[in-house]
Amino acid sequence: MKKHALRAKGRLALLSSVAVMFAAAGCAPAAETDASTDADAGSAGVEEVVLEFAQWWEPELPEGSLRALMDEFEAANPGIKVELLSGPYSTTKEQVVAGAATGTMSDVVGLDGAWVSDFVKQGSLANISTLMESSSYDQAQLASQIQIDGSTYMIPVLNFIYPLYTNDDLLASAGIDAAPTNRTEFRAAAEAVTGEGVSGWALPLSLEAPNGIQNDVMSWVWASGGSMLKDGQPDLTNPEVRSAIEYIKGIWDDGSIAPGSFTMKEQDKLEEFTNGRAAMIVSSLSHINLIRESNPDLNFSISAMPSIDGYSGKRGIPYASWGIGVAENSDHKEEAWKLVSFLMSESTNAKLSSIANAFPGNTTAVPDFIEGDELFGKAFEIYQSGFPANEFVGLPVAEQLMRLFDEQLQLFLEGDITLDEMLNASQEAWVAEF
Amino acid sequence: MTQLSTSRPKVLGVKAQRAKFMQSLTPYGFVAPVSALILVLMIIPIAIVIGYSTLDNVIMTPESRFVGLDNYVTILTDGTFYIAARNSLVFTLGSVTAHFVLGLAFATLLNTRLLSPFVKTIFRAIFILPWLFTVAIIAVLWRMLLNPNGIINYLLVSSGIVDVGVEWLSSRSTALLAVTVINIWAGYPFFMVSLLAGLQGIPRDLYEAATVDGASAWQQFWHVTLPQLRPIIISMMILDMIWTSQQFALIWLTTGGGPINATEMLPTYTYKLAFSTYEFGLASASAVIILLLSMVLAFFYVRHQKVKD
Repeated sequence: MKKHALRAKGRLALLSSVAVMFAAAGCAPAAETDASTDADAGSAGVEEVVLEFAQWWEPELPEGSLRALMDEFEAANPGIKVELLSGPYSTTKEQVVAGAATGTMSDVVGLDGAWVSDFVKQGSLANISTLMESSSYDQAQLASQIQIDGSTYMIPVLNFIYPLYTNDDLLASAGIDAAPTNRTEFRAAAEAVTGEGVSGWALPLSLEAPNGIQNDVMSWVWASGGSMLKDGQPDLTNPEVRSAIEYIKGIWDDGSIAPGSFTMKEQDKLEEFTNGRAAMIVSSLSHINLIRESNPDLNFSISAMPSIDGYSGKRGIPYASWGIGVAENSDHKEEAWKLVSFLMSESTNAKLSSIANAFPGNTTAVPDFIEGDELFGKAFEIYQSGFPANEFVGLPVAEQLMRLFDEQLQLFLEGDITLDEMLNASQEAWVAEF
Repeated sequence: MTQLSTSRPKVLGVKAQRAKFMQSLTPYGFVAPVSALILVLMIIPIAIVIGYSTLDNVIMTPESRFVGLDNYVTILTDGTFYIAARNSLVFTLGSVTAHFVLGLAFATLLNTRLLSPFVKTIFRAIFILPWLFTVAIIAVLWRMLLNPNGIINYLLVSSGIVDVGVEWLSSRSTALLAVTVINIWAGYPFFMVSLLAGLQGIPRDLYEAATVDGASAWQQFWHVTLPQLRPIIISMMILDMIWTSQQFALIWLTTGGGPINATEMLPTYTYKLAFSTYEFGLASASAVIILLLSMVLAFFYVRHQKVKD
């Protein structure tokens, strides 16, 4: 009995170990099975192509609205089905990075301009210029294209501009009737409203999410027609950047910037404004509804980013995009391009921008939300009178560039280094990344 | 008969040999499932990371080049790495020491016979609360508490302790202290629970004997309680050092390693290399260095456990 029991136990242990090894090794065959299903479908003569579309848009849009657009696309393109792979922004980024590394990127991917350069270097994005040429696509209708070495790799589908938000009641209580239009007015307004529990301006400089450098710092440069680049290379020591940073330091020294700036993130900035603790912020247009929902009594307006005094040229408006690209590893690039061109078509792009409260990537598309809402109407005016400006789009390791600049800016604001040292150190750090 | 008498031992011999062979395999069979899991979940990933650390870059480059120890040289000659190492050391030693002191203090309070079991249960539930929150909740909670307009500054200013609110997480002089305090708050219950279990296991005879010998309360604590808890304390401290030195989420969600690099730790430094600059080769080298440092602590832990056995 004992021997039998022992033998049985031994066999059981061996069997279980073999089972575990198969289970552990099972990951790879499972993936292969999925792939072969598609292949079998193709070899069996099934015409249907299933496009994977990875993006973070669906969770941010009204429920079912993106799926409805995909249904429209499928109806117009028999034989092509679209599978939406949706997740939050950060998860999508990780998914795309992992997919790009392993050659399993979805056929169509939602892109942020800051990622493009790295993915192009990696060879994971298809050249959209080639796809546009082969389908004789009219590129004139596109508001912008993100290009690397003269070839397009991303098309901005929607643009979210970053206007200046002002708390009208706080400004009025300091005797200011209108939103500032130039730097002198802005600094004076910020100083005037700063007092007990209220700051003139909220400047987020968190190193975890350093996009404050793009939206809240460099926007001062772009609003006056300046640039942080020269011939595509860093040019941080030029007079425009220098003047903007010097100006921000002035506001900092005035004590008009909300405390906690060095670890403040975008959502903290928004909270400061919504709760009436900051009189002015630069923030995404998409935040209008959020502010209204969070504090319905807040009396606020939006305006163009202030420029240097006396500037009469077009103002660069910082923006963030929902971009789109096609994976180099896709076996269905032609079909993928059909989906991209569908999303960029006048009617679809207008619909999408209407439901997202964003501005269209197609120049002929007109979203309907601008007609029914004063603030959105004003935003569209700002958008049309200026030009979308975000020089970080398409740069290598864009987020790291912001972080490197942020570290130096924090040292400068703290008074540890001079303006020249700050700009030179940032320039040096950026050049090393290019 | 003769045939039978000669062939049976042969048959029995083969069967016995097979049984013996199967029996000798049995122990391997028992350890095989765990070995397979360790291989798949630990050995292979660690080997891959070590392999990556010797390549110029991976994942972001179609082809990688072997560079030997270059990545290690780059990391070990980077000033920020040493700042991160120093911050990690301060953060870890501060956290572990405070975890121990607070954990022991609360465990002693909860072990007292002066309070009724009902009151002790309520306090136990309160004291253990921080341990029940996830890191994300802890980070959000403390960001709100330590906000320049938050409740801590409100209390400090209104009670006249400070004139203006302190930027706890945004100032270089207070950020490291602030994240250490948050980590202490989040981690002391683990010590408390373990030490409380240890305290409850100390025989009362020892205290009675000490009382008979005329030992004061302090002497009883010093000469009876602490020596009895010693094995638990050492194990807990080593484990806590390993866990705390690898704390990433709390730092990332509260300060992101800033302001400037005031709260930069080895895990945040490594994360930035991987997901901000996409230098996966360098990030792997940094991760291997952290692994080696953790292994030193793990060695002491294992040695301590062996001595205990």
